[in-house]
Amino acid sequence: MVPLPSPGIARCLGVLIASLLAQLGSAQQTGSRAGAPARVDFARQIAPILENRCQACHGAAQQQSGLRLDHGAAALKGGYSGPVIVPGSSSTSRLVRLISGGEGDLVMPPFGDRLSSDEVRLIGAWIDEGAHWPATEADAKSARADPPGSGHWAFRPIAKPDPPAVRRVSWVRSPIDSFVLARLEREGVEPAAPASRATLIRRVSLDLTGLPPSPRAIDAYLGDPSPAAYERFVDKLLESPHYGERWATQWLDLARYADSDGYEKDNERPYAWRWRQWVIDALNDDMPFDRFTIEQIAGDVLPDPSVDQQVATGFHRNGLKNREGGVKLEQFRFEETVDRANTVGTVWLGLTVGCAQCHDHKYDPISQEEYYRFFAFFNSVEEAEIAAPMPGEIGPYLQALPEYLKRRRELLEANRVYELLPAWETKMVEAADNPGKWTDWDHALDAVQKYLDNGEGIVRKQRSERTDREQLKLEDHFIKNYHRVISKELWKELDWVGLREQLLRMRAETPDLTYARAIADTSPARRTHIHLRGGWDALGVPVEPGTPGVLPPLAQQGKHPRLALAEWLVSRENPLTARVITNRVWQEFFGRGIVTTADDFGTRSPGPTHPALLDWLAAEFIGSGWSLKGLHKAIVMSATYRQSSDSRPDVEDMDPENELLARQRRLRLPAELVRDVALAASGLLDTRIGGPSVRPAQPPGVADLAYAGSVKWEASRGADGYRRGLYTFLQRTAPYPQLVNFDMPDRTAARCARERSNTPLQALNLLNDSTFVEAARALAVQSLAAGRNVFDDSIRAAFRSCLSRVPTAAELRHLKQYYSEQKAIFDSEPVLAAEFMPLEMPGLDAAQAAAWTGVASVLLNLDEFITRE
Amino acid sequence: MDLSEYRDISTRRHFFRYCAGGIDAAALAVLSAGYSNALAAPGPAGPLAPRAAHFEASAKNVIFLLMAGAPSQIDLYDPKPALQRWHGQPLPESMTKDLSLAFVKPSAKVLASPRVFRRHGESGTEFSDYIPHVASRADDICLLRSMHTEAFNHHPGQSLLMSGSTQLGRPTVGSWVSYGLGSESESLPAFVVLSSGRGSSGGSSNWSNGFLDSTYQGVVFRNTGEPILFLENPPGVSERTQRARLDAIRKLNQERHALTADSEIASRIQSYELAFRMQAAAPDLLDFSEESQSTLDMYGVGKEPTHPYATNCLLARRMVEKGVRFVMLVHASWDDHQEIDRKLGNNCAITDQPAGALLKDLRQRGLLDSTLVVWGGEFGRTPMGQLERVDEAAGRDHHAKCFSVWMAGGGVRGGQVIGKTDELGLGIEEHPVHVHDLQATILHALGLDHERLTYRHMGRDFRLTDVGGTVISQALA
Repeated sequence: MVPLPSPGIARCLGVLIASLLAQLGSAQQTGSRAGAPARVDFARQIAPILENRCQACHGAAQQQSGLRLDHGAAALKGGYSGPVIVPGSSSTSRLVRLISGGEGDLVMPPFGDRLSSDEVRLIGAWIDEGAHWPATEADAKSARADPPGSGHWAFRPIAKPDPPAVRRVSWVRSPIDSFVLARLEREGVEPAAPASRATLIRRVSLDLTGLPPSPRAIDAYLGDPSPAAYERFVDKLLESPHYGERWATQWLDLARYADSDGYEKDNERPYAWRWRQWVIDALNDDMPFDRFTIEQIAGDVLPDPSVDQQVATGFHRNGLKNREGGVKLEQFRFEETVDRANTVGTVWLGLTVGCAQCHDHKYDPISQEEYYRFFAFFNSVEEAEIAAPMPGEIGPYLQALPEYLKRRRELLEANRVYELLPAWETKMVEAADNPGKWTDWDHALDAVQKYLDNGEGIVRKQRSERTDREQLKLEDHFIKNYHRVISKELWKELDWVGLREQLLRMRAETPDLTYARAIADTSPARRTHIHLRGGWDALGVPVEPGTPGVLPPLAQQGKHPRLALAEWLVSRENPLTARVITNRVWQEFFGRGIVTTADDFGTRSPGPTHPALLDWLAAEFIGSGWSLKGLHKAIVMSATYRQSSDSRPDVEDMDPENELLARQRRLRLPAELVRDVALAASGLLDTRIGGPSVRPAQPPGVADLAYAGSVKWEASRGADGYRRGLYTFLQRTAPYPQLVNFDMPDRTAARCARERSNTPLQALNLLNDSTFVEAARALAVQSLAAGRNVFDDSIRAAFRSCLSRVPTAAELRHLKQYYSEQKAIFDSEPVLAAEFMPLEMPGLDAAQAAAWTGVASVLLNLDEFITRE
Repeated sequence: MDLSEYRDISTRRHFFRYCAGGIDAAALAVLSAGYSNALAAPGPAGPLAPRAAHFEASAKNVIFLLMAGAPSQIDLYDPKPALQRWHGQPLPESMTKDLSLAFVKPSAKVLASPRVFRRHGESGTEFSDYIPHVASRADDICLLRSMHTEAFNHHPGQSLLMSGSTQLGRPTVGSWVSYGLGSESESLPAFVVLSSGRGSSGGSSNWSNGFLDSTYQGVVFRNTGEPILFLENPPGVSERTQRARLDAIRKLNQERHALTADSEIASRIQSYELAFRMQAAAPDLLDFSEESQSTLDMYGVGKEPTHPYATNCLLARRMVEKGVRFVMLVHASWDDHQEIDRKLGNNCAITDQPAGALLKDLRQRGLLDSTLVVWGGEFGRTPMGQLERVDEAAGRDHHAKCFSVWMAGGGVRGGQVIGKTDELGLGIEEHPVHVHDLQATILHALGLDHERLTYRHMGRDFRLTDVGGTVISQALA
């Protein structure tokens, strides 16, 4: 017999035996018992213990570890680790172990005196007697009550409020203005004057396309006196393919997009851009946001998904990946799933669901159980690579394929690859089934799993079940990694290092398709459990996929759970998505959201400054068929948007943060746009849309700071060196310095708003970085050509390219003075002149050209130049 | 700093326009007068303006010597003679069943250290013969032999050590410090990073500002070429023409400011002036001509293999003298899975003399009292060898359960050892010190309460020590 662990338990067992016998009934009474023991009185003996010692943490107010001990059904259900009360069996009830010290260091209650042995005995006896818990009136009431938190503004349904009445009706151009003006009138504040036409079109061009208006567009607009001129201008911008580039940036921040894995060796993701391409295209096509959502969250499980719909699921592939040797695969898979759940929670729901990974959310009505129900939607996600060819790729690929495969086959044949591969596969599967048995093979399997999408799955398939690409990738992996399981001698003899180089060369010379990083589901679906304290390997009770109870119910209708989730996010009943999205759009146009916490619509959010406006926009957004372009147009057409951004000393004291929207705001451009405007104004910009990421020149040594020489930054040549900032290759452990200096997020997790810092490094960047020096030279050449030797005209042309306006007299005077001083200096130092401006300029000597380049450089450094006014 | 204090700072621009003499007085001077006035009243303004600590600080500056890759405590700081008995044998399973190991199996054979340990200084702390120079500062050093962490892979481990979380994306300790205290320097960044060796696993995430704005990023300072990116004027631009360019930019910015009254323009002007001063000050740091030959020799500047690390250590002292708040030196890599004795010897030959000299130099100049120096990596290494063999080809695996870190100066009581590991170096017997405790202690030395230095992001008040951290009071004088 097993020794009894403690007197307490022994006592309980004694009681258990006694009560079991009691339950057998009087008919089988044994001779050794004098009579049935007195029954425990729950209301008198048990309820007070629970109330005084347990319910502070396990009651109505909070349910630590998911456990409630204030009403019967919940108590019997147990907590996240499972039931704690087994009716009729105190010896197997965890509750008894917890209160009697039988769970190691963990004793309940964790503070105050321990329960007395009498109390422990009573609870044990009560459980042994069947843990009978009479229902009370309070239970019935609490079952009917609304879930806690459902009164919070963000969880209430979106109604479309009518625009309020205002006095100054003439100011109102759109219902948006009525909401804003009503508040202003209430506070006794006049709106600001409209921005000048020049300021307005630079503003709206930067907001909608991220590029300054071309001099020609400025002329056309200023020359068009019609009241409809602005709307026509806006419509053109919305039709511009640069619109998708501008608005993709915000989505890339939310989707934590990057071109590399993020951890340690920070491997390149050569096809990450294919998802970005999908985003740009979708935005340019004004894909309705509900479809935009569904395809990214669940494109792979739509009926007969198209390639594009599968590409869209690359959203889930943008998170960090740790392929460090020695990383536990299941641990990291758990962390990736957490990242997917948290990202969707933030991006669509504006909720910090991630707070409930380890414990019930401290502020919002999201329990840890609900967190793992949400997590369950993503728990069966597997990584998949698909062919996602760009136009024009398929023909040459198919043409070259047979010859390529033939040559490849010959090469592999000659190098014994086909001969050795089957045994390696077999042994790999054996290793997978017997972890810890063979160290070398464990490591080899680890490499397959880390470096091949769904690596183990592919190895386990029969050759005939694999796609051709899976087979080729497996062969490539085998050739690269076979050394892990064979002797040095054999590896040397095989010389597969040479073979690999040959294969890479062949691959590079053969036309190939573009691929995409997508997802697929494991089959059967993985079972999800609550993870106790958020630990990857601490499994609690199993849970089913589901959405938080405070939000409208999920309509499953036999759908794939992830698809049901996607549709639920953009259902009319969902109170969050439309509010969250319109708020972020608003934030881009005004520098702050109607809700300032764009990443948190929970109970800790200060709430909307203009609640009715937010709801009107959200309802309008849904009503328009989720058209982002429609929403953008509604905002930029409003008088509110068109106000001047100059400061208002009359309002500043009462409204320093411009909460009332009594003016527009000057906003420093996002990092990518700082680059874009310099390249665009100087005529250097390569305006091609989309395509793979590029590596513009950066100072030497930047990439060396990444891990052990694993990152190489070979500057792109030709036009690729002059592309917009959003195409810059995003190497997470050694990001492009200019983007970092101007607050591009690190893209480790969803980011809902950017900082706008103002630092000396930014000054150095604009003054001295070769990109901006080159832009100054190009601007000098370009604006001079427009104004032939006439200094004033040239300055005007340069001003127009950079700032979309003409200079003031004082500005002209300062620049002229600067020019002549510079010219004098360069006259005396011709070597410096030629270094600063190596290009010849028609009609100018070297000193003039250098001084003129200096003027151009001044313009590119102005605060106004990198600001949207 | 709590949220309300931070709001004060961010709305400061509003405030200063109506309260001349506020912390942006210098920016105001630039606006209202010429550049000479601006120079007369320099000083960091805006988000880097010096801020009061929570309580009296024992340290003004920190030099963090990050030994990326995880140096072996068993061969450097934590002698384990008992391993000799087990050398070449696997340990019984009962001893190893709770270990989390990256590569080796718990059944791997024990690898006793070939190093010789001796007692040093009046305190008699034991150090390995590989680090005589650091050992010579025994009485300045508070050795923590009972450090532990959760992470046993490099990048998560470095992330936990520097930012308090294994998940990337949080601000690192230097960013927190410059966010909490601002800058003391009027011409150099508050948080500077110096790197040597191969790049670390964490790369730039080891000095990331996370979700704080880029004002608080660690600025990489290179000891060859251009010290700070974009610091040098473009070709053909002399100091004179650069100054003229800045003046022209300032005049036009002032014109715009007059029209828009946007205080961001004032900050921009200030940033350009600070940039100009940085252009002069940063290269001066690299000018070692005023350093005596004996100082250079003490660090090992100009000699191999010490030169690169010695240069960084000397630069660190010079930066501290100039008011740089937080200097971080990254040296990689100590990840010796194979040939650990030889490789560890190499890294010690590179770093020991400069690190020892740094402590000595700071002490001699009276700077050690106000400068906290921290030496450590992201975790430790196993008592077991990595290969089947236990000869010179053997190395050690990652070990999260115990490792050694030391601190010196800045209010730390030297000449003591805190904590004790078991006789085989598998786990901790006394006074466990978590990475968060180390972080809490660093902040504490700077006068910051790690529970009050918070930043609201994603609906949550984040702090460096996440949800943990206890100041190691025994370490403090």
